[in-house]
Formats: sequence, structure tokens, C-alpha cells
Amino acid sequence: MKHFFIILSHEIRMLLVSASTYIAAVLFLGVMGFIFAGVLESYSKAAQETSPSTVFFQLFWLPVFFMVPLLTMKCISEERRMGTLETLLTAPVTTAEVVLGKYFAAYFLYLLLWGSTGGFFYILYRFAGDMRFLDFGPLMGGYLFIAVSGLFFVALGVFASSLSRNQAVAGILSFTLLFALIIGLNYVGTLEMMNLDSMKPARAVVDYARTFRHLDDFSHGVVDTRQVLFYLSGTALALIFSILGVEAKRLHS
Amino acid sequence: MSADTPAIEVHDLVKTYAGITAVNKVSFTVAKGEILGFLGPNGAGKSTTMRILTGYLPATSGQVNVCGLSVATHADEVKKFIGYMPENNPLPEDMRVSEYLHYRGRLKGLSRGKLSIRLDEVLELCDLKRVRHRIIGKLSKGFRQRVGIAEVILAEPPVIIMDEPTIGLDPHQILIVRDLIASLRGRMTVIISSHILPEIEMTCDRVLIINQGRVVSQGTPADLRREVFGHSRYELEIAGDTAAALPGALTKIEPTIHIAETGEPDSAGFRKLCLTTVRDDDLGEVLLRTLAADDRFRLRSLNRMHPSLEDVFLAATKRGWEAVDEPAATTVR
Repeated sequence: MKHFFIILSHEIRMLLVSASTYIAAVLFLGVMGFIFAGVLESYSKAAQETSPSTVFFQLFWLPVFFMVPLLTMKCISEERRMGTLETLLTAPVTTAEVVLGKYFAAYFLYLLLWGSTGGFFYILYRFAGDMRFLDFGPLMGGYLFIAVSGLFFVALGVFASSLSRNQAVAGILSFTLLFALIIGLNYVGTLEMMNLDSMKPARAVVDYARTFRHLDDFSHGVVDTRQVLFYLSGTALALIFSILGVEAKRLHS
Repeated sequence: MSADTPAIEVHDLVKTYAGITAVNKVSFTVAKGEILGFLGPNGAGKSTTMRILTGYLPATSGQVNVCGLSVATHADEVKKFIGYMPENNPLPEDMRVSEYLHYRGRLKGLSRGKLSIRLDEVLELCDLKRVRHRIIGKLSKGFRQRVGIAEVILAEPPVIIMDEPTIGLDPHQILIVRDLIASLRGRMTVIISSHILPEIEMTCDRVLIINQGRVVSQGTPADLRREVFGHSRYELEIAGDTAAALPGALTKIEPTIHIAETGEPDSAGFRKLCLTTVRDDDLGEVLLRTLAADDRFRLRSLNRMHPSLEDVFLAATKRGWEAVDEPAATTVR
């Protein structure tokens, strides 16, 4: 476990000194700021029933689709392409320590980026001076949802990265996995076929795994342990598969 | 481990990839403090053997012990005994030299205090002090190679394995790297692989020639010469009745001498002959005097040959090819 912290601090350091992190952060904050400004504009035109934060978090999937692949696509595939994975794994560290170290570094950055959007709400509070806009419950719920679901999303990205030595392939794969999880399941849930009686068990499964539904619950302050468990077990599974992926590629290299 | 345990023992090592046998029943031992050179053409199984020694790849069958511990069952402990530099020396492009060495030292279990002292020593030893704050990706190949070597010896492991440490370096840099490896003699057990034969000859105590996944020859460079070519070789240019009269004349001088190769006569009628004998002392003077006195022959030159490791390597790997190809050819039919 000692090596895990060495790798983690090394990875975070490397992320924080690399220019691409800052470019990604600027673009991310640009897009998010644009969305936030759009939300506020619609509020200035007419009164809305929900608070701005609820609408803001409703669009969480947009940054997830491009930020998660960008953050995670190089973490293992780059090392494999450069050959440094061999030097890393022949040092006295285990594959699990390497994968977990890289995963938590990427997750840390993911949280950091999302955390920085908190500034938008601070600005809103500072200049509107009206606590009504800043519904504290949905805001906290939204961030909690981001933190919990991010565990799974980033793990999927790491898994995709462990499968290919090509960063672009890893990025596309991770985008596809995330798309299938977030939009795909939501779409399947709305299919007419799902209303058939024979599809009842399948509908239960899909309903259980629908990310937008989880977001709704979190925003309303409902923290359902089943949903938390869904993300935690998904994370564990994706990480185990990442470790197996790295091991399998090593054994057959 | 006790003092007389060999640093590395390999017994009947076999590695197959999807039906292709990369390493076929390789056995060797390396004593402590010895420098072993691994020679072989491309695809002979050198890198595969080295990767198995480090525990990076599992063996298909056979036994590999490092410092008395089996690599297969004690992979984590064995990793601590080994400093390994893979082929092409992969390094992260975007780190500074001292940062990289610090990170690797921490991974290898050195404490912060000890590491900072050791880091200075290693930078000094590898002559990297000037570039310690430079980005690795912007260093020249010679410096990168030395960063790789610095990383390998950082934690002072008892066993060092380097896959082609001198590849792509200029002669001056090769000299530096060679001195660096030679300075480890006695303290650490070193295995290096190389195509550059004079390299191996100068630095290594023992050479292992491997071809088609088999060990075709092993021993000190001098042993190998003897094993492959017999004890001494003489080359002479001679005209006259070489086919009929020469063998008899030679046997009179020394019974074990015989003609190994006969060349085609040139325009003046001289042919090049190669003689081998098991006698170690110099027969040059006797040969010259006897053959020159004999009026059946005209002698133009006589030369005692010192086969380089290159000749040994070519002869040994050629022998390996024949040995491997023959059974394969019969099974196809």
C-alpha cells in the first residue's frame, strides 16, 4: 500500500505540471460557464419552478463525455506505448497498486475540475445576493451525485485505457462505454417494448441503472444506498477488469 | 541466502508463445559478482529470457532462481533483488532527471533521507550532474542511456539485467558505459545482452551464445575460441603440391596439425590454407623454417590467427542453425 501513495502522489504531480491539464481545465470551465450563463439567462426571462443548480446538473453528461476520456485515455495506454509499463511493473510494485494509483489521480483531477464550478454559484450568490437562487439542498445533492457517479465513470475510462496502447482508441472506447451507460440505458428505458409484461424483469434492471433517475433522486436530497452501491460495485468491477487487462496483456506480450 | 548460492540459476527454461518456442531448454548459472554477456542474433530469445528472469513474463516450464529464490513463487521478493533496464531503455519524456530517479528510488523502497544521498552518488557515478534538472525527453541518447543505468543501480540491487545497454551510442559513449559496467564488477552480478561483440569481450567474464532459443555455446571468450576452432589457427599462403605432399609434411612437424580450409589458387598459384592444432604454444617458427626449406612448396606468408569473438559468434550461431534445422527438416517430411 506504501507504493500506492508513491504512485498516486507522482501521478497527481505529473498531472498538475502538465500543460494539457490546464488546457483541458480552461476548456471545461469555458463550456460549463457557457451552460451556466445560458441557465441564468432563461431564469432572467421567466420564473422557473426548479432552482438553477438542478438544471445545471441536468447537463452533467456533456462534460462527462469529453472530460473523462481526455483525463483517463493516456493513463495506462501511454505507459504501454512508451514501454515504461515494463520498467514500472518490474519495480517491486503490484499491478493493482499501479492501476489504483493512476485511477485515484484521475479521479482527484475530475473532482478538482467539478469543484471549481462551485465558483459559478459563489459569483451568483455574490452578485444576485439572493439565497433563493442558491437552493442549498439540490446543490449539495448535485455535487454528491457528481462525486459518486464520477467514481464509476473514471473507472470505465481507466478500463478502456488498459485495453489499448493507442490513446485515440482508448478515448473512443471510453466515450462509447460512457455513452452506452448514460444515454443508452436511458433510451432503452423509454422503448415501447419495455412496457410488455414479459420484459418486466429487464425493465426493473434498466430502471435501477438509469443515471438520470439517480441524479433526480440526489438532487431531491434522496441518497439511496442502492444507487450508491450501483456505482461502487461498478467501480470495483471496472477496476478489477483494468487490473486483469494489464495483467493479461503482460502475460501475452 | 548463503554465500555460495549462485546469483542466478536457470534450469531447463522453456517459453512458448502461441505455439512458437522462443526459449527452448536453456540452462545456465551466474555466480555472484560475475558479468555475463548474452549474445545472439535478433529473435534468438535473449530479451525473452531476460524478461523471465525479472518476473515480467512467466515461463512455460523450467526453474529460475534469483539469489536462491524462485521467480515463479516469490516474484515480489525477487523484484527487489533486480535492477532491470528493458530493451530501448524506455523513459518518461516529460520528467526531469532528478525527479525521475527520485520517483524510482521511492518505488524501490529507499527512504527519503537515504535516497537523497544515494541520488547524488549515482548522478556523480554516471556523470549526470550537469543534466540533473533537464527534461529527459530533451536529452541526447547517450545521456538517456546513462539515466537508464543510473536508475538500474540506484537501489544497489545484487543483480542487474540490462538489455542492450550500448545500442545506438557513439564509440565515446560506449566507452563510458563500458567503464560504468566494469566498475560494478565484483559488487553486483550483471547480465548484459549485446550485438556489439568487442563490447562483450571487453566487459564480460563469461559469454553465453544463444540462438533459436537454445544455448549454443558458453564460457569465457578464450574458452569459446578453443571450443569452436580448436586451440590455435595458422593461416598460410603457399604454392606447390599442397593436396598430396603437405599433410604428410605437416604431420612430421606436429601430429595434431591438420588442414581445416583450403582456398582456390590465385593467378600466381598461391592458395590460402587454414591449419588448426591443439598445441597452445607458437608453432610459427617451426612451420616457417620447415616449409621454407622444403623445395616442394613455395611459402609466401604465415600468420597465427586470433579469432575475434565475432568469428566465434558466427561459427557458433551457424552451428546452432544446423543443429536446429536438421531435426525440423526430417519431421516435415
